[in-house]
Amino acid sequence: MLFFLCIGNSFAQQTPASKQTKAFSIEGATAHLGDGTEIDDSLIMFADGKITFVGSAKMKIARQGTVINARGKHVYPGFIAVNSTLGLVEINSVKASSDEEELGTMNPHIRSLIAYNAESKVVETMRPNGILMGQITPRGGRISGTSSVVQFDAWNWEDAALKVDDGIHMNWPTSTTFRWGAGEGVKINENYSKNINELSDYLDAGKDYLKGSKSPKNLELEALKGLFDKTQKLYMHVNGEREITDAVHFAKKHGVDLVIVGADEAHKVTDILVKNKIPVVIKRAHLIPGNNDDNYDKSYKTALHLVEKGITVTIGLEEGHVRMNDRNLPFNAGTFAAHGLDKEEAVKLITLNAAKILGIDNIVGSLTVGKDATLFISEGDALDMRGNILTEAFIQGRKLSLESHQTKLWKRYSNKYKNQ
Amino acid sequence: MKKTLLLFLFLSTLVGQAQEYFPTNSGVKTSENTTVAFINAKIYVTPTQIINKGTLLVKDGKVVSVGKNVRIPNGAKTLDLSGKSIYPSFIEVYSDFGIQTPIQQPNPNRIRQYEANRKGYYWNDHIRPETNGFDSFKYDSKKATDLLKAGFGVVNTHMNDGIASGSGVLVALNSSSTDAYRILDTKSAQYFSVNKSRLSRQAYPGSFIGKTALLRQVFMDAKWYESGNAKNKDLSLEALIANKNLTQIFNAGQTNLNAIRLDKVGDESGVQFSFVGSGHEYEDIQEIKNMNATMIVPVNFRAAYDVSNPYLANQMELSDMRRWNQEPSNLAVLAKNNVNFTITTHTLKSVAVFQKNIQKAIQYGLDETKVLEALTTVPAKLLGKSSEIGSLQNGSYANFLITSGPIFDASTTVYENWVQGNKHVLSDMEAIDVSGEYTLSYNNKNLNLSIDGTKGTLKNGTTALKSKFSYKDNWVTITMNNQNDTSKYTRFVGALDDNQTSFSGTVVDESGNESSFTAIKKSDKKKVSKKKNSKSTTPMVVPVTYPNVGYGFASKPKQETILFKNATVWTGEKEGILKNTDVLLKDGKIAQIGTKLRARGARVVDATGKHLSAGIIDEHTHIAIFNGSVNEGGQNSSAEVTIEDGINPSDMNIYRNLAGGVTSAQLLHGSANPIGGRSAIIKLKWGETADNLVYKNAPKFIKFALGENVKQSSARVNYRFPQTRMGVEQVFTDYFQRAKEYDAAKKSGKPYRKDLEMEVLAEILNKERFVTSHSYVQSEINMLMKVADKFNFNINTFTHILEGYKVADKMKAHGVGASTFSDWWAYKFEVNDAIPYNAAIMHNVGVTVAINSDDREMSRRLNQEAAKTIKYGAMTELEAWKMVTINPAKLLHLDDRVGSIKVGKDADVVLWTDHPMSIYTKAQTTIIDGTVYFDLEQDLAKRKAIQKERSMLMNMMLNEKNNGGKVQAPKKNLNRANTCETEATELN
Repeated sequence: MLFFLCIGNSFAQQTPASKQTKAFSIEGATAHLGDGTEIDDSLIMFADGKITFVGSAKMKIARQGTVINARGKHVYPGFIAVNSTLGLVEINSVKASSDEEELGTMNPHIRSLIAYNAESKVVETMRPNGILMGQITPRGGRISGTSSVVQFDAWNWEDAALKVDDGIHMNWPTSTTFRWGAGEGVKINENYSKNINELSDYLDAGKDYLKGSKSPKNLELEALKGLFDKTQKLYMHVNGEREITDAVHFAKKHGVDLVIVGADEAHKVTDILVKNKIPVVIKRAHLIPGNNDDNYDKSYKTALHLVEKGITVTIGLEEGHVRMNDRNLPFNAGTFAAHGLDKEEAVKLITLNAAKILGIDNIVGSLTVGKDATLFISEGDALDMRGNILTEAFIQGRKLSLESHQTKLWKRYSNKYKNQ
Repeated sequence: MKKTLLLFLFLSTLVGQAQEYFPTNSGVKTSENTTVAFINAKIYVTPTQIINKGTLLVKDGKVVSVGKNVRIPNGAKTLDLSGKSIYPSFIEVYSDFGIQTPIQQPNPNRIRQYEANRKGYYWNDHIRPETNGFDSFKYDSKKATDLLKAGFGVVNTHMNDGIASGSGVLVALNSSSTDAYRILDTKSAQYFSVNKSRLSRQAYPGSFIGKTALLRQVFMDAKWYESGNAKNKDLSLEALIANKNLTQIFNAGQTNLNAIRLDKVGDESGVQFSFVGSGHEYEDIQEIKNMNATMIVPVNFRAAYDVSNPYLANQMELSDMRRWNQEPSNLAVLAKNNVNFTITTHTLKSVAVFQKNIQKAIQYGLDETKVLEALTTVPAKLLGKSSEIGSLQNGSYANFLITSGPIFDASTTVYENWVQGNKHVLSDMEAIDVSGEYTLSYNNKNLNLSIDGTKGTLKNGTTALKSKFSYKDNWVTITMNNQNDTSKYTRFVGALDDNQTSFSGTVVDESGNESSFTAIKKSDKKKVSKKKNSKSTTPMVVPVTYPNVGYGFASKPKQETILFKNATVWTGEKEGILKNTDVLLKDGKIAQIGTKLRARGARVVDATGKHLSAGIIDEHTHIAIFNGSVNEGGQNSSAEVTIEDGINPSDMNIYRNLAGGVTSAQLLHGSANPIGGRSAIIKLKWGETADNLVYKNAPKFIKFALGENVKQSSARVNYRFPQTRMGVEQVFTDYFQRAKEYDAAKKSGKPYRKDLEMEVLAEILNKERFVTSHSYVQSEINMLMKVADKFNFNINTFTHILEGYKVADKMKAHGVGASTFSDWWAYKFEVNDAIPYNAAIMHNVGVTVAINSDDREMSRRLNQEAAKTIKYGAMTELEAWKMVTINPAKLLHLDDRVGSIKVGKDADVVLWTDHPMSIYTKAQTTIIDGTVYFDLEQDLAKRKAIQKERSMLMNMMLNEKNNGGKVQAPKKNLNRANTCETEATELN
């Protein structure tokens, strides 16, 4: 049947593809470059894992290697899932399968990468939707730990790593408290300043420690090094307008590179974000607004409100039905596009912007000569459910299997009934 | 400032405290039978029978005579009340006065108890009609004092514990007497509440819908027991039966919908309840009126919210701010709508604010005679005691108030509250009002003294001097600071002269030298009647909307005749997609489909470039249900409950679903137990009442559940059967076997005990009710079909059904449909093999497949979820679209009414800005029964209105705060999502 043809190599399930040895030329597709532009009738060529050509198919240039006729189709850089826990938990309700949250409040030394399950069944369902990379992020505590960026076709976490220990994740305190049950009054959190001071003291202690003899060794404070030498970013998980403002001042005071994550009320404090060039990892579009008086489309418009001010925005995957739903990342971008955001800007959210924020835009994030050939071909508009049907996908030029545990069961049972 | 303590003088001389046939060993036995005559008073015999300059004759604690020309017997004590008024004392109908509520024992291990504690009583510990409030009654003098001050003379109290909480006690607040006299009735009323007993941890009922079901069953069982059919002794039912002719008082809690539902339960059971209400009856006034019940209404008006910090204030919702503004008008609205009501102090933190709140209600338009009736004759009648209390007719208890003027005026002083002929002084009637401006002279100095009631201030010219003042029992005391040296004082003490216009006495200066002083009145106090002024302007009350929350309608939307021109029409029928087509909606139906249609009087909508489809139908959702009414998990079967009892018509998710093109939904019970509850199938008519949301003549449905949830996989302690899928099968077999036997007994014509649960299960066996079963893995899916086969019925729908693709052929053979998620999986162990191709495989085999949400967020994007079946499994666009329209309509047996665009079907349609399954589309207009319930333009207007009203109310609250009014912290609503497991654990 027709739909079976969509599936490539049906035997290479989950087996990582081997190193690219022959070149590919994708001809005739609409190329969405990831930087906000597109090329109709494009020609994309790549060899040895790197993109060698991006231009028009009308160009009279020799096609390298295998030519894929992609006329009527679309090419995209691989999508990037930011602030995700993919590979850290396999089944939500089975505690034994969960490795996302460690005990303790200050855990900068806790590293997600070493727990990342490169063979997760959940991760392999990302690829048929165009999501080829992710920032794997620990949860919990005041400082949750250190994230890493991986690509989704690897034998193990070491092979998967694109950027090891890219940033430290901190959960900013809230300035209001709210007690469940009777009264339901919102009150000022009297400990708010104290909580901030604790964080401030902690970073100061780290700075002092790192300047000193470092003996005896302090694993936690040692782990803060990247923040101060700016090889790591500080991902601040923070939502309120006051809290975001305070977090920006905090980061400036400590001289660290800040990324705002969550950012429910970022649209109210765009001035300070623009002024300090702070990028924002917003929540997915498919969420219910928090207050009954909110506009029904409030969460559909968060990207627009920040992008139109010139803020670098990507989509994070912390709230909502996490992990299994991460594969709907493209449709969240599509929803932002449905509610005012330019379509190519919506693509940019989950490609170049994500790469820039994660500090990997030198290797991925757009269809640019010299970058990794991490890209895919879709039958149609990949931000629309009806069009997001992948025919080929490549990571570092390696042609991926688009099979999964799920496609295997699909075929197995379709065949069962076909043969009955 | 020193607080003036009011002394209560208990004069025990008027009623003989030695009971007449009791022996006495302390002296000579005496009996008192003094008659007291109150003359020249304005007497309110009842709120409408008023005697000017009348006489009230009291003897032995009762009214002997009242009227204009009453003969005063010799030896009577006469009190001249010229210029004063007498009112009957108030009656508090709902109270737990003097009865201690039990304290719940802690349950640190959170163990759930399924069985009852007691034997010989009803099987459910929360049904306790055998409780006699009197058994635990201990007169509370302190609380009595508060109530007396508020004007009450009689209080009806009870043990506030349990759903059926027993009978109450009627008590006169005669603090100087004993229970021998003040207990008026030990079975004054029968009480119910929506709260479980604190004396038992029995889990059932764990929800409001469980409570309504339990009550229905209790009243049925009482009938069965009364007719002598029961083999066992049941002291609870005996008490319930014994109490059935008493007044039945139900504390329905904070939600109007509770009272409205419970009134229906009463109607079905032949009981008329009187309801302790929410205090915001005005929001559902028509339905409250239709109940024809007496409402016992609290006057607990919330303080303004402190919105001075916008960051905190932003978290508030319009609906809460509105209630602050609207609540004081509640009683006026009830009165205007002729609802019979009495007023209670219940829920007031302090009874001291009662009078003030009543005055506020009057300021908001409540008629004063109505208030008086609501506090006297109405409660007396409600308790069947009109001849004894609530009025001052001959023979009534001498329970009355003596006031300086109209009782509800802020400037009126209530002097005395007489109960059973015993006087309780609230304010000294003999006290002389010395208010006025005085010249205080001593040692050749002159100061100005200004006295207002018992307060006074000293001034040098117009400069106020630091001083302390008191006036009591005709004596004045002033302590004045040296204005330069605050450690030095001058003291005055003096008595009122006989002329009552001056004081004279002694002054002691800073050095201890004594001399005399006088204070001579220059002028009377100017009566500034502030209250009168504010009374004349009724405060601004913002209008109620439908529903009374943000995005509500100013008036309920009306059905229209609408002609859509030139649309792309997704018929969902064999005609497929029709381009450039007109559709006419008339009288709530789809009237015509064609080209170049015309219709007189129709509103024409140019739909060029737009798509028109049938409204989306969500087969599985839990929106529009009150928190805590999704699951009744207190037992492994809850067939007796119905979600119709738990509908919340003001849930914002209704509006948000409309914005996603959803027009109908099945509100399902959760998945806490194998046999769940009955569904409510509704149309999302935003602004309509709960009843009007429900489909008329809707097919009957019930929710079943299988697998991890029902076997309590995430429970910490395992104790309820079943704990395995093996046990789940036996639960069904057991219940259906019993239902079969029940049905046979019922059909035999012999007497049988009517059992709600069995009635519902028998409906399934008789193919009158359809089953939607929550299901995941293939083994359990297969199992349930086999159980159904065995009992000769069909499962109608498997919902979730994530492994349906593994047994699709068996499902087709059984004739069951499927309602599934588009792409959910991995959230628990049993969904490990869930695949997004499930819908397509089942469809290809020939099963009717719908895509559902089970999620308030996803439900507003079901068009996108349908589109996923194109990606996963290569469904055609037409077939994909049917999965959220005509297919769920088929599963719900509503396909003859909704689900497609066909002439004669209900006009439930959506106009989309784009292809309905495009990620880029929006629902522009959503129409149900020809009425527009959502429209993008309307939505923009509503946003502006919300902003305007929020800011207006916030300004009003800030104004209140700045004028010294009380404020409270802003309120935040959690908006918790309902899921299958709302009662139990986390995600379904």
